[in-house]
Amino acid sequence: MGDKTDVWQGTLALMVLKTLATMGAQHGYGLARRIEQTSGGKLTVNYGTIYPALLKLEQEGAIAAEWGASENNRRAKFYTLTRAGRRLLAKEERSWEDTTAILARFLAPERAE
Amino acid sequence: MTAIGIVGAARRTLARLGGLFRHRARERELAAELESHLAMHVEDNLRRGLPPDEARRQALIALGGVEAMKEAYRDQGTVPLVEHTIQDVRLALRQLGKSPGLAVTAIVVLALGMGSCLTVFGFVEAALLRPLPYRDPGRLLAVTESLAQMPRANLSYEDYKDWKAMNTVFTSLEAYNTGGQMLSTPRGAALVRGIRVSDGFFRTLGVTPILGRDFAPGEDLPTGPRLTLITYRTWQDRFGGNRQVVGTSVMLSGTAHTIIGVLPREFQFAPSEGAEFWTTLHADGGCDKRRGCHSMYGVARLKDGVTVDQAAAAMSLIAARLEQQYPDSNRGQGARVEPLADIIVGDIRPTLWLLLGGASLLLVIACVNVVSLLLVRTESRRRELSVRLALGASRGRIVRHFVTEAAVLVALGAGLALVIADAGMRLLVGLIPSDMMLTLPFLDGLGINRAVVAGAGVVALVALGIFSLGPLLVHSANDVRAGMADGGRGASGHAWRRIGAKLVVVELATAMILLAGAGLLGRSLYRLLNVELGFRADHLATVRVAAPGALFEKPGAAERLALDVEQRAAALPGITAVGLTSVLPVSFNGNTTWIRFVGRPYNGEHNEVNQRDVSPGYLAALGARLVSGRYFTAADDAGKPKVVVINQTLARTYFPNQDPVGQRLGDTSLTPGSITEIVGVVADVREGGLSQDIWPAVYLPIAQSPDTDFAVVVRTAQDPAAIVPALTAAIRQLNGDLGIFGEAVIEERIQMSPAAYLQRSSAWLVGGFAAVALILGVVGLYGVIAYSASQRTREMGVRMALGAGRSAVYRLILREAGTLALVGIVVGLAGAVAAATFMRKLLFDTPPWDVATLVTVAALLGGAALVASVIPARRAASIDPIHALRAE
Repeated sequence: MGDKTDVWQGTLALMVLKTLATMGAQHGYGLARRIEQTSGGKLTVNYGTIYPALLKLEQEGAIAAEWGASENNRRAKFYTLTRAGRRLLAKEERSWEDTTAILARFLAPERAE
Repeated sequence: MTAIGIVGAARRTLARLGGLFRHRARERELAAELESHLAMHVEDNLRRGLPPDEARRQALIALGGVEAMKEAYRDQGTVPLVEHTIQDVRLALRQLGKSPGLAVTAIVVLALGMGSCLTVFGFVEAALLRPLPYRDPGRLLAVTESLAQMPRANLSYEDYKDWKAMNTVFTSLEAYNTGGQMLSTPRGAALVRGIRVSDGFFRTLGVTPILGRDFAPGEDLPTGPRLTLITYRTWQDRFGGNRQVVGTSVMLSGTAHTIIGVLPREFQFAPSEGAEFWTTLHADGGCDKRRGCHSMYGVARLKDGVTVDQAAAAMSLIAARLEQQYPDSNRGQGARVEPLADIIVGDIRPTLWLLLGGASLLLVIACVNVVSLLLVRTESRRRELSVRLALGASRGRIVRHFVTEAAVLVALGAGLALVIADAGMRLLVGLIPSDMMLTLPFLDGLGINRAVVAGAGVVALVALGIFSLGPLLVHSANDVRAGMADGGRGASGHAWRRIGAKLVVVELATAMILLAGAGLLGRSLYRLLNVELGFRADHLATVRVAAPGALFEKPGAAERLALDVEQRAAALPGITAVGLTSVLPVSFNGNTTWIRFVGRPYNGEHNEVNQRDVSPGYLAALGARLVSGRYFTAADDAGKPKVVVINQTLARTYFPNQDPVGQRLGDTSLTPGSITEIVGVVADVREGGLSQDIWPAVYLPIAQSPDTDFAVVVRTAQDPAAIVPALTAAIRQLNGDLGIFGEAVIEERIQMSPAAYLQRSSAWLVGGFAAVALILGVVGLYGVIAYSASQRTREMGVRMALGAGRSAVYRLILREAGTLALVGIVVGLAGAVAAATFMRKLLFDTPPWDVATLVTVAALLGGAALVASVIPARRAASIDPIHALRAE
């Protein structure tokens, strides 16, 4: 384990959680679009990759899913953050900050040169 | 991992395992979700002004490879290894279902083999492997006296006391002897099984009562209080499990005994023969006081650091010292020390091992059979496997597929085998005669238990190894291209024929061993059941009468009772003759006495003879043959000079070329009261078991040697079983306090005697194994020959086209079969003689190389093999050469 997709999956999960936390209930398509927008178009991945990530989070109990009607009155599966999901998000956010802080220290001197 | 992480992982695992079961629902839901995703994206694209086709195309591109995503989703949704295994199992089940005949055959064959093996293993485990339920049972010993004629003889109480005092090898030595007790109940007297033990008996075994207390030191002395412990079952059955029973009193044979405790539920002591009331010895009976009267057995616990052999040597020294000290009573009395387990299961041990051997051989045949079946199947699937390999299936996946298929077979077979074994054990235990069952308490409630399941697991693993290895070996020789090209013909067909032929030889040889074993056991059983009895066993019925000694203490009372019983019985319609005896024929050599002849030099040797106290009509009622002199009559009563009838063996041993009638004999010191005159010689009546030697015997008039415990034997004109109720009723009418038991028809009693029972059950069981083995072996042979013949169809066509006659083809096939059968039979014969030598001790009057049996068995197997090969040979010979040549 530990190849690129895993890293991507991990960060994708964090993005999903964060997006759900700020936007509330959202369906898979909406999440994919939102993540794309938030990244300023820099992240262009297949929308489909979001679904295994959603399933994993659902299995962990971080998110819950329910079928409902979309803004255009279309049937869609909506995901919401659970309490466990909020805790997980807080934890992941901290750990991401730690990680980036550490990485930043490694990368900073190089930039200074 | 943090707490959340762990919880998350656990939840995920659970969900994924759960996902195994809601496979379809999840796929449907994902499809719906993706559909709604696409629809929303297409709508957005349309809104941005794309034409419909382009809108959909763009949406699909953005979504990415749907199948790859579904695969990822699927793998996330479940556990791939488990998923694959489930797929394998499904595939295996489907494959097996495609050829249900083969699958069912393989499973049934395996279940039969394993089931027989596990059934016997259940007995072996319960009797031989499970330790006795005592503290440190390996240190417990059976201690008895020993005679040249009787290696395991009873211990006299006086000797026991000396042995106990003098030995330095045991931490404790205890004595016991069994005997009936008359229990007074509100519904009259009932005979119950009892046992007398010395005070430290339970401490020596390491058994503590679950209720009340154990016997205390000194309580077995003649002056000690009358106490009894009861077994758990007796407590439940007779006293309703009432805890207040401790401290109450019961009347046993006319004496009040206080119940002081209840023995544990799991307590068992096979030599007690199902005793319900355990009392203390109180050595005050006539026999207990005489050093020459042997009535007990000893049980001892070995001191730490002492071996059984050292203990035996030490006890022999003590016995030798006593021999010098008391030459009159102790001449020739040695000591015997052996593990307690030996006297409990020693008799059935060789039979059980024999049966386990037989069942194992059957299992071997069964496994070989299943392997052959699987090999044939692998052959016919070579093409399929080659295609799968060519399409990119990994070797590992193919191997796993084989193993899974074997595992499914083995699991189903083993499951069925456990069911068979459970039923088999219950059936066989149920068939054990109840008297014999009392000496085998460890078989009580035998059925599937942990040990049997573990045994099944081991066998299943081995079988799994064999079954998956066989096809793999054959398959690994395959190469993909060849497999696809020729559709399973050619080189590997030959390879299979070679392997198949070897397997068949193994099967036939094993079947031969089992058949020979069964044949020898059958012959031995026949010999045993037809051994000369010395009397006419048909139309005889018996019942045993025991009177409470206390009620018949007055002089003449016991004598009177015997006469009354005899008269009552004789008066019943349908009874043609009546006799009484102290011991029934075909029971045991024992209840002996030492005799000495008047007017002959005597140097103190012990002339040990069976003593039977019988009524005047007894020998005639049995239908024994009088050789010379006369039987005694009613006139030979207590007031008359003592008389005795001897058997022919005694006459031959002590009066060679001499007429013993008129000679006199007495006890070892020729006490005046013991002198009796020989009035007749009777042809040997088999007093001991069927397989035992005839011992010299003396028959004394019951009137001159009265006893309150005797067997009534009646000869009937009609069915002897029908008379028993009337007989019992007539005796009960005489005196309500009499114990009446042991009702039996003599012929059945002989059939059910331990020697006959063991021999018969082993003969039948091994016979059953052999029959199954014969069928499996012959079917195996048929399979190989039929396969071989079908492989050679083209060859046959060519031969016939070139002018070979049908008979030549016939001969060709038969020769192939004949060679296999012959090799199998010859190898089997060698194995059979070896196996028979191993079981020589179990054969009665039958040598292990009994030519008639071996020849018969070989002919039987050869004949069956011939029949099995004639069918494919016929088919091969009757093919149309044109068709055969076109067949490719």
